[in-house]
Amino acid sequence: MILLRHELRQGRMPLLVWTAVISLMLGACVLIYPEMKGQISEINSMFSNMGSFSAAFGMDQVNFGEFTGYFGIECGNILGLGGAFFASLMGISALAKEEKGQTAEFLLTHPLSRRQVVLEKLAALFLQILILNIAAVGGSILCALIAGESPEGEIFALLFLAYFLLQLEIGAICFGISAFISKSGLGMGLGVAALFYFLNLIANLTEEARSLKYITPFGYTEGADIVKSTGIEIKYLAVGMVLLVAGVVCAFHRYGKKDMA
Amino acid sequence: MRSMIKTESLTKYYGKSRGILDVDLSIDEGDFFGFIGPNGAGKSTTIRILLGLISPTKGTAEICGRDVTKEKKAILADIGYMPSETMFYHNRKAGEIIKLSADLRKRDCASEAAALCERLALDPEKKISQLSLGNRKKVSIVCALQHKPKLCVLDEPTSGLDPLIQREFYKILEERNNAGATIFLSSHVLSEVQKHCRHVAVIREGKILASDGIENLGHAEAKRVTVKGMDTLPAMEHVRNVKEVDGGIRFLYSGRTSALLHALSQLPLTDIEITEPDLEEIFLHYYEKEEEKHDIIEA
Repeated sequence: MILLRHELRQGRMPLLVWTAVISLMLGACVLIYPEMKGQISEINSMFSNMGSFSAAFGMDQVNFGEFTGYFGIECGNILGLGGAFFASLMGISALAKEEKGQTAEFLLTHPLSRRQVVLEKLAALFLQILILNIAAVGGSILCALIAGESPEGEIFALLFLAYFLLQLEIGAICFGISAFISKSGLGMGLGVAALFYFLNLIANLTEEARSLKYITPFGYTEGADIVKSTGIEIKYLAVGMVLLVAGVVCAFHRYGKKDMA
Repeated sequence: MRSMIKTESLTKYYGKSRGILDVDLSIDEGDFFGFIGPNGAGKSTTIRILLGLISPTKGTAEICGRDVTKEKKAILADIGYMPSETMFYHNRKAGEIIKLSADLRKRDCASEAAALCERLALDPEKKISQLSLGNRKKVSIVCALQHKPKLCVLDEPTSGLDPLIQREFYKILEERNNAGATIFLSSHVLSEVQKHCRHVAVIREGKILASDGIENLGHAEAKRVTVKGMDTLPAMEHVRNVKEVDGGIRFLYSGRTSALLHALSQLPLTDIEITEPDLEEIFLHYYEKEEEKHDIIEA
């Protein structure tokens, strides 16, 4: 628990900044909805007539005239992508930062097993992601009430659950990579998150590339699909959770016998 | 006497490059042991294996009879370690790092930590990022000693410390040693090892060249003498490694100082310098010995 507390403290600043930025942007998007609603017929025809561009973002399938539809798309882009970047950055640095900052010699010469170090750092990562999501959900609901909209509870819950799982998955994959590197992997972390995002865009564009949705967690967080079917695509989610577990297993396996630089 | 540290054929390769080769060390409980060698000789590699930071390619290492690769957690509870390069989380205060270290050991060391800070003149309220190298070293010392470990492993502990603090530091180590703790320190400063350690091992290019009581490392008492204004040295006793240098001669002298001064006073010198020999020169002696041995065997 000592290391967990220490990790949370060390990550306080980035958590605060990312949580504030994501929550504020989400809130702002919700607050401008009443304004958008007035021009909804134009927006609907505009968004659904941009051809493959609309398809890439799933905008051809959702009615912006409903708050839930609007939220599904906007929310997907802000909390999904923003949260993915946060999770990847925190995950990729979680283990590697001790070697990069040359603090591994301090930390790992205390009576802690490597397994315990990995466990507490992983718990800290997941807890940070949870905190960011609770703030984002709270902020969104508050702003929706202020805007005078009452979101559909079930769809809302599913959307947030999907984004949360996406962040856990990307965080865990990057955490696994973190065990293999001893330098700053921030670029690699952002790359992983961006790659997943673009894979989903490609999968939306062409039927042949649809199977990419199995690989990318953005496949099961597609706002348009969740709003339309009131459910998360289980086959995509299952693969995602396997990748999450694989990332964690890799981290334990590799860090357990790693030579500290 | 029980053995505190024991290694057998300990070998480490980093890929293809040599770390250490067949290192055999035996350090008794309660010893004050010095581990000397030039930079890159393998001192830190040996220490890092003992602490479980890296795993050996071959061979075994035991601390208190426990295998370092298998019972790491129990071993680390008994050790206080001071790394040669001291880095901490720089956004934290010195006192917070010291407290964190105690907490990670699940120990309350507040009073001992305060006493050590006082003796080393360390302000625990300062942030790590504001501390000089020497002051960061002090934080490291407190972290290594506050829990009163049975074994102190100190990797080049005094580099960066001012002489007054060095003296206080060694005083603390002597006290701990007298109270039963085993001290294992690495250094490339011969004089401090000579002054404080009872046993010494010399490592070079990954191999242990000698491991013995300090008094048997006789040549450590040699002085390096450089004289200018002459190009040949008259016959003198206890002189070796004579070399011509720019405008003069350099040699190692291991006899009585008064005899040296007397001999030198007869010579037309323009300049003189008497210093501690560097380790290279001391090691040379061991190399020569090794070669002699081989010669004998071959003959």
